[in-house]
Amino acid sequence: MADPMRISAQASGDKATVRVLMSHEMESGQRKDASGKTVPAWYIQEVTANLNGKQVLAAEWGPAVSKNPFLQFAVKGAKAGDKIAVTWKDNKGESRTDEATVS
Amino acid sequence: MQNRRETLKQTAVVAGLLASAGFPQFAHAAFNKAAFEAKSVQDAAKAAGAASMAESKDVTITGPDIAENGAVVPLGASTALPGVKHMLILVEKNPAALVAMFHVSDAVETNFTTRAKMGQSSDVYAVAIMNDGKALWAKKEVKVTLGGCGG
Repeated sequence: MADPMRISAQASGDKATVRVLMSHEMESGQRKDASGKTVPAWYIQEVTANLNGKQVLAAEWGPAVSKNPFLQFAVKGAKAGDKIAVTWKDNKGESRTDEATVS
Repeated sequence: MQNRRETLKQTAVVAGLLASAGFPQFAHAAFNKAAFEAKSVQDAAKAAGAASMAESKDVTITGPDIAENGAVVPLGASTALPGVKHMLILVEKNPAALVAMFHVSDAVETNFTTRAKMGQSSDVYAVAIMNDGKALWAKKEVKVTLGGCGG
């Protein structure tokens, strides 16, 4: 299981700004190892975010997103106490979900 | 060439993605391989559903003028326009141009920030694909300093 994500969700006015830091290698598939063999690509392909269990965002990523990816977005109508859950899935089928409370 | 085992494995992954897509408005969320393998900005946008492309002042791309570390370049794409379906972030001179594609819903603002890898100095693009298939884009040049020698 991959390491947990760090999620912060801050309400301001009628929206909440969500910042997510995921822990993932994001291997591009372009690099070669010491013996000259290409390191196979390993990256997050799909990211989704839920507000109180209802999906608000879906994203698809390529291998060009940086290692230990950062993502920032704003959810309309979210207020303090609401639950934001973020899920990622990588191209090996591994996935992880973490939840944070809007403050 | 793929052997049978790899094909089966991929099929299982795709089936899993489809099964977990859940909500109908996100039913198209299976990974858009064609878009992420496209070499040019235009091909990637087309594969993501863009019918025509035009530069627009209403779309904003944010990023540094000079990035010291090409492995971590903060890039943001935003627009205040209504009716955006997808928001794309692309780096023109990467092996595959498309970095990230966001499916916009009514519940989120069309304003996304993430970090991208860049192999070399290049133009970076934000492309907003509207519900009617029109694609509005903005670009910005980001210089990448390699090796940290200030070159």
